[in-house]
Amino acid sequence: MSKIPYEVYTEEVETLSVLSPDGEIVNKEYAPKLTDDQLKELMYRMVFTRTWDERAINLGRQGRLGFYAPVSGQEATMVGSEFALDKEDFICPGYRDMPQLVWHGLPLYQAFLYSRGHQHGGEIPEGVNVLMPQIIIGAQVLHAMGIAMGYKLKKQKHVAITYTGDGGSSEGDFYEALNYAGVYKLPTIFFVQNNGYAITTPFSKQTAALSIAHKAVAAGIRGVKIDGMDVFAVIHAVQEAAERARNGEGATLIEAVTYRFRPHSLSDDTSKYRTKEEEGQWSEKDPIARLAKYLEKKGLWTEEDTVRVKEEAKAKVNEEIKKAEKTEKMTVAGLIDSMFETTPKHLEEQKADFQ
Amino acid sequence: MAQMNLKEAIRDAMRVELERDKNVVIFGEDVGNVGGVFRVTEGLQKEFGEERVFDTPLAESAIGGMALGLGIQGFRPIAEIQFVGFIFEALDQILVQAARLRFRSGGRYNAPIVFRTPFGGGVKAAELHTDSLEGLIAQTPGIKLVIPSNPYDAKGLMISAIRDNDPVFFMEHLNLYHAFRAEVPEGEYTVELGKANVVREGSDVTIITYGMMVHTSVKAAEELEKSGIKAEVIDLRTLVPLDIETIVNSIKKTNRAIVVQEAQKSAGLAAEIIAQINEEAILHLEAPVLRVAGPDTVYPFAQIEDQWLPSPARVIAAVNKVLNF
Ligand SMILES: Cc1ncc(C[n+]2csc(CCOP(=O)(O)OP(=O)(O)O)c2C)c(N)n1
Repeated sequence: MSKIPYEVYTEEVETLSVLSPDGEIVNKEYAPKLTDDQLKELMYRMVFTRTWDERAINLGRQGRLGFYAPVSGQEATMVGSEFALDKEDFICPGYRDMPQLVWHGLPLYQAFLYSRGHQHGGEIPEGVNVLMPQIIIGAQVLHAMGIAMGYKLKKQKHVAITYTGDGGSSEGDFYEALNYAGVYKLPTIFFVQNNGYAITTPFSKQTAALSIAHKAVAAGIRGVKIDGMDVFAVIHAVQEAAERARNGEGATLIEAVTYRFRPHSLSDDTSKYRTKEEEGQWSEKDPIARLAKYLEKKGLWTEEDTVRVKEEAKAKVNEEIKKAEKTEKMTVAGLIDSMFETTPKHLEEQKADFQ
Repeated sequence: MAQMNLKEAIRDAMRVELERDKNVVIFGEDVGNVGGVFRVTEGLQKEFGEERVFDTPLAESAIGGMALGLGIQGFRPIAEIQFVGFIFEALDQILVQAARLRFRSGGRYNAPIVFRTPFGGGVKAAELHTDSLEGLIAQTPGIKLVIPSNPYDAKGLMISAIRDNDPVFFMEHLNLYHAFRAEVPEGEYTVELGKANVVREGSDVTIITYGMMVHTSVKAAEELEKSGIKAEVIDLRTLVPLDIETIVNSIKKTNRAIVVQEAQKSAGLAAEIIAQINEEAILHLEAPVLRVAGPDTVYPFAQIEDQWLPSPARVIAAVNKVLNF
């Protein structure tokens, strides 16, 4: 049968890869220009993040953390995308995106306090341009659009990046944000980490679109699809999107195809919805192993470096969790005072019951 | 002093603030060129430009989310939701995101947003254009709620709302937009949020109300006066925070009260006000506090809305009931 001439975008989009699983550069023109020190720093952050994640899962099992969403497997998307931004750029995360916040400047002990349900966890330090992780899927996508509107009105050349998952890309808020960003040509980066599952729902049941990147088409913004286990592809895509945004060329939707090695949260069981074979195939694409191979070939990294960073990370995590545990408990009075800039009389009265 | 109707007074408040503070921005569906479906923002785009007053795509959640993002960026957004029944599309952004931004960020970010929306019955509008949804807002911690009943208050309250660093939900009764003109001072002045107004003094019974129902209640009070009953009428002006002090002071004088609201009876603001009266003034009461309200149905089609809405006669009947208790 011949193709209908007025059919819209029925072609698969290509997935950009830069670094192959055996650590070879396969798409030279897209390789980000990083110094040796930057490469080592990138590797440091990824190994650190993996170790922190493993420790956090243990801390969770010991009851020393509260809500926690594992990140292993997504270090390339999380660490890499933040690495590609400037300090002034604004991050609007979903609940799994704590690493971006910490690498953007949120103290680690505050991330732990947030997890433990302590209000101080959300007290974002001055000069750190982030929001706290969003629980309502998709809400933060709108906030990034609004913050980008602010940059545009102030004529500042910064960008707002927001993260959500393949599940999040189905929410109405996601489409509203893309559409606004298109209409106002906003400096927004919509970064979708398509890790194949929304809790247990597989990507195949999430959308009938050929890709999430295709969804940019309807909003009139740029859409790209990249290998999310490839940190160089991530850095390239975010750098390019940021540059376009700073030049007034508008928003980009980046779909990064990735995988979370661990369960959705500490309370689910992957064996109910995933196979061991699938997990095995994805672990061969491990973003950390991939970068390590590349760096080892360049003589910039050794196995001992990995061991050293893991030890450092463990020590830092221990220190920071202790700091979180030693932080004075939040109070109901403090909570009441955080509702309005000036606490109204009726709340002052309610406060008295808790003092 | 100029004579203005409620709509013009609200527009004047926005103009004063657009002029005074370059961070004030106005947006919503159709608010730019034509000035909104009720022309409340008419002329403002022409005067202040498309960067300050602009049309948005048709998407209420995004209007709310953009307001939040702009608030974080130091702007003072005034976001119009075209009709009250469409706030459901934006409730996550208004009640969840804006109302808890201060709490979630440990005070780092303000949400100095005014969400404006027309509401209110008696104008034979289409379904979901007139409902009294203030109870939904009032139940949510972290957001203020204003409903003016006259042009003078509307301007002063709007200026206060724009200058407030917390989100304010500002509801404009459709039936009051053009109902009457009153003297409104030029330039800036404020009416403090959280302060009620005794619009009519009396010693026999207190009628506590807000919005359009202030006028219904005043009419009832005028009728009652003819039979020698002196009703005090309190216009709340702000529902969150609620000025319980003014209410209690009045009840100490009258010992009897009713609450009049246009919204459906159950679980609404009248119930809350009565609960607070019980907490603060039960020993001053000679009779239970009664509610005059819409029945617990969906807001009806235009055919019967005049019967559905509380009338002066129903207010009078309730007053007589508490007087004869
Ligand atoms: C509005 C809303 N609906 C449902 C949920 C419950 N929920 C939490 S995480 C999740 C799945 C999200 O999947 P995805 O966006 O793919 O992100 P991932 O967890 O894979 O990183 C769901 C349904 C929620 N938090 N918010």
